[in-house]
Amino acid sequence: MDELIQYAPDLGEGFLNNIKLSLIIAVFSLIVGTILAAMRVSPTPVLRAAGTAYVNVVRNTPLTLVLAFCYLGLSDTLGLIFSTEVPLTNSFWLAVLGMSAYTAAFVCEALRSGINTVPMGQAEAARAIGLTFSQSITLVIFPQAFRAVIAPLGSVLIAMIKNTTVVAAAGYTVDVAAKMRETFDTTGVSIPIFIGIVLSFLVLILPIGWYTGWLARRLAVAR
Amino acid sequence: MQMRRTGAVFAVTAMAVGLAACGGGGSYTNVVDKLKGAKEITVGTKWDQPSLGLKKGGGDPEGFDVDVAKYIVKELAGGQDVKITWKESPSSNREALLANGTVDIIFATYSITDARKPKVTFGGPYVVVHQDTMVRADAADINKATDLKDKRICQAQGSNSYKRITDPPPDGKLNLPAKLVGASNYSECVQKLSGGNLDAVTTDNLILAGFASQDPGKYKLLNDPFTDEKYGIGLKKGDKTTCEAVNKAVAKMWQDGTATQLLTKWFGKTGLDLPKEAPPAEGCA
Repeated sequence: MDELIQYAPDLGEGFLNNIKLSLIIAVFSLIVGTILAAMRVSPTPVLRAAGTAYVNVVRNTPLTLVLAFCYLGLSDTLGLIFSTEVPLTNSFWLAVLGMSAYTAAFVCEALRSGINTVPMGQAEAARAIGLTFSQSITLVIFPQAFRAVIAPLGSVLIAMIKNTTVVAAAGYTVDVAAKMRETFDTTGVSIPIFIGIVLSFLVLILPIGWYTGWLARRLAVAR
Repeated sequence: MQMRRTGAVFAVTAMAVGLAACGGGGSYTNVVDKLKGAKEITVGTKWDQPSLGLKKGGGDPEGFDVDVAKYIVKELAGGQDVKITWKESPSSNREALLANGTVDIIFATYSITDARKPKVTFGGPYVVVHQDTMVRADAADINKATDLKDKRICQAQGSNSYKRITDPPPDGKLNLPAKLVGASNYSECVQKLSGGNLDAVTTDNLILAGFASQDPGKYKLLNDPFTDEKYGIGLKKGDKTTCEAVNKAVAKMWQDGTATQLLTKWFGKTGLDLPKEAPPAEGCA
């Protein structure tokens, strides 16, 4: 218990880094995921094929591998560098890049399942009144699809927040999991520290589950 | 409700059985008795540390720590051959492995620190190492530790060696504004050093020398030490009998020249200033 108290400020700093990562990744993955979903239902075969290929490859690759590729492959070997001054900032954005690319595939699939809940007649009606593909998708399909998948998107978000604990693979060694290991280097494995970190994640994540569940019920499309 | 309670009882029983299974090791009160009685011992070393404790394929681990372990164990057993079972002991698990009896004794780059003393009884130290810095062999602008200012140094996940550079005492030492580059472990650090993605790797000099000996001529050690790390022999808390026997064996290892010979064997070609004298014993507590 003393160890948890002694190292709490350091671990808390790490936990804030996880939250910071989560917020930025949530935004990027939602944007990219939506674009991917639009690609996968678009009338253009090339876009559909590209979207399908991307989702199938990224969704079935282990996350640590994606992150290691971003760090060792993209950055070290191919020279993609976000910050030459502060290497940890570079790692931060590489982690954001890798995790957004990864999470976007899951967002895309959740959204696509939502699109499938929108009756075919809606899309046909949209075309019948002369809307273009992008108009019908932004004005008719997506607003209904999003409402149907709020709860599943909440699950994707929750999974993403938990996934931020492996960003050390991208060299971002100041997240809470890496800080925990560093603490264990001094103290040895400490069960109270484990429990403390688990509790902080519970406090962060449980309300997200409750909120998205409530929102899903409130915004459900009545049919 | 009844179901749940039964489930809970099962869970608790399973945990208790699990813990008991972890214990094991027979009824010997200390490691020396176990060695003399059962003629077997479980030794914890690193398995991923070149020249200290490195396991390749299916064989036993090899390295300086492993050779020291073999010597000390033989001394403890009164010169007899005993069956050694090797177990991996990563840094963060060492205290737990000793406490629950999974391993009897640990030789795994285990620094004697005040934070660890309440949990572990330390024999030795068997060698005193120093934090040092390793750079590429052609690096001309880093010749001493203080040259690391504004340089890119490695922060290996799970190790706090970088703090000696970047933080002031008591946690740190040099308080230099170095740029930290994250890595999963020290092998990745060395890989990044060779690829030019960072400028220096800094941690215990024996660990660095181990990596340097894998690729002779590629890296150089600065030989500018700035800390003392006493590598101890980890024993279950309170095992004073074994601790005292271990200290005797360590003293003998330095007297008969084995220690110097082993250091030369594993680190002789790395350009590292090898420790020459036996470190003063710490006393058993």
